[in-house]
Amino acid sequence: MRLSLQVAAVATIFVVVIGVAAAYLLARGNFRGKEALDVILTLPLVLPPTVTGYYLIIAFGRNGFIGKYIYDLTGWTIMFTWYAAVLASFVVALPLMIKTTRAAIESVDNNLIDASYTLGRSRFETAVRVILPLAKKGIVAGAVLSFARAMGEFGATLMIAGNLPGKTDTMPIAIYSLAAGGDWEQAGGMVILLTLMAGVFLYLANHYSKRVF
Amino acid sequence: MGLSVDIKKQVNGFLLDVSWEIGNELAVLFGYSGAGKTLTLKLIAGLMKPDRGLVESSGIVCFDSQRNIDLPPQMRCLGYVFQDLSLFPHMSVRENILYGAKGISKSEGKCRLAEFADKFHIQDIQDRMPAEISGGQKQRVAFARALFRRPAALLLDEPFSALDRPLRLEMQAFLKGVRRDFDVPVILVTHDPGEARALADRMIVYSDGKVMQTGKPSEIFDSPQTDEVKRLVGMGSS
Repeated sequence: MRLSLQVAAVATIFVVVIGVAAAYLLARGNFRGKEALDVILTLPLVLPPTVTGYYLIIAFGRNGFIGKYIYDLTGWTIMFTWYAAVLASFVVALPLMIKTTRAAIESVDNNLIDASYTLGRSRFETAVRVILPLAKKGIVAGAVLSFARAMGEFGATLMIAGNLPGKTDTMPIAIYSLAAGGDWEQAGGMVILLTLMAGVFLYLANHYSKRVF
Repeated sequence: MGLSVDIKKQVNGFLLDVSWEIGNELAVLFGYSGAGKTLTLKLIAGLMKPDRGLVESSGIVCFDSQRNIDLPPQMRCLGYVFQDLSLFPHMSVRENILYGAKGISKSEGKCRLAEFADKFHIQDIQDRMPAEISGGQKQRVAFARALFRRPAALLLDEPFSALDRPLRLEMQAFLKGVRRDFDVPVILVTHDPGEARALADRMIVYSDGKVMQTGKPSEIFDSPQTDEVKRLVGMGSS
C-alpha cells in the first residue's frame, strides 16, 4: 500500500511536468513529426502493458541502449528496483495526461491568446498566465486519472521491476501473488481497497473537469 | 501619427488586396461580413502575416515584405479590442487591465490604474470577475486594457455589434471621448452604416477584399462612386 502510493505519487509528478510540456507542444506547436510524436506517446494507452514493458527492458535493461550507458557509468541498473516501477507507471500514465491536457489547451479561445500577444505579452507569459490557468481543470483531471492509472499499473511493472516483496510488489502485483498462492481473503481486501480508491479518483477527475470559471 | 497599409493576403481562396492611409483620426472600415475587414486588422496587428506589402504605424515599419521586416504583435504596440472583447475569464477586472501594463513599472501602473478606473468609470468593479459585470462595463474594461500601454493606434473589431441600441449609442459617445482623451488614431470595423456615419472622420468602404471608396462619411453617403457602394451604404438601387 505505502509502496504503491509512493510509486504512483512520484510517477504522477513526472507525468504532470512532462505531460503538460508535451501536451503544450502538441497543442500549440507546429513542427514536423508532431502527429507521429503524439502516436508514439499515446501507444502505451492501447498496447498490452507487457509490450510496453518489453520496450522498456530494451531501452533501460542492463544491456539496453540507454541502460547500457547507465550501467557502464555507475554499475547500477534500474531493473528490479522501485524506480523501475515508477518508470513503468510513468510511461503508461503519460498518455492519459497528454490526451486530457492537450484537449484542454486546444479548447482555450484563440482570441484570448491573440489578446495577450497584442498586450505585449510573450509566448511564455501567455502560456503561463493565460493558457495553462484556463486549461487547469483538464490538467487536474489528467493528473488525477494518471495517479489512478499509476496505482493500478501491473503488466509493465512486472516486466521490468519484477515481484520483490517489500521492494517492487505494488498492490496489483501483490494481489496477483496472493491470488496465485490461494490467499483469497487478503487478495480480496486489497481488491476492495483498490476498487474504492479508483472510484474516488474517477469521481474527482469528473468533478474537476466539470468545474468552470 | 497615423497608419498606412498596403497589403495582399490570400486565405482559403479569398484574396485581400487593399491599400489605404489614415492620419490621427477615427477611420471606419465599412463593409459586409466577409469583405476582409477583420482580416485587415489581424494583419495590421501582426496576428497574421501578409503575403506581400507594407504596414507602417506612426513612422514605425511593422511589416515590409521587401525588406523582410515582420515585427511580432508584442512589439507593434497597437491596442486591439476584439469583437467578443476577449477579457480573461480567470482574472478580475483589475488583473485584466494590469495585464496590459507590460513594460510599465509597478508604481506607475498603480497610478495609471487609478487614473484609468476614474476615466472609464470602473472604480467599483475592479475586484469583480468579467462574468459578474454588465455588457457596457465589459466594453469599458476592454478599452481600458487595450489603451493601458498608450498604444500607437487603436484597432476595434465591431466591439459594439452585440449591444442593444441605447447602449450602442452610449458606447459610441464613449468612443468619441476616448479618441479625444487619448489622441490616438482609431480604426473601427463595422457593418452598421449608422455607426459609420456617427463616428467616422474617414470611411474606407470594403467589398470582397478590395477598397471601393474612401472619403468623409458625407462624401460616401451623398455621392457614392459606384452602385456597389450605394448598395453597401443602404441607399437602394441594386
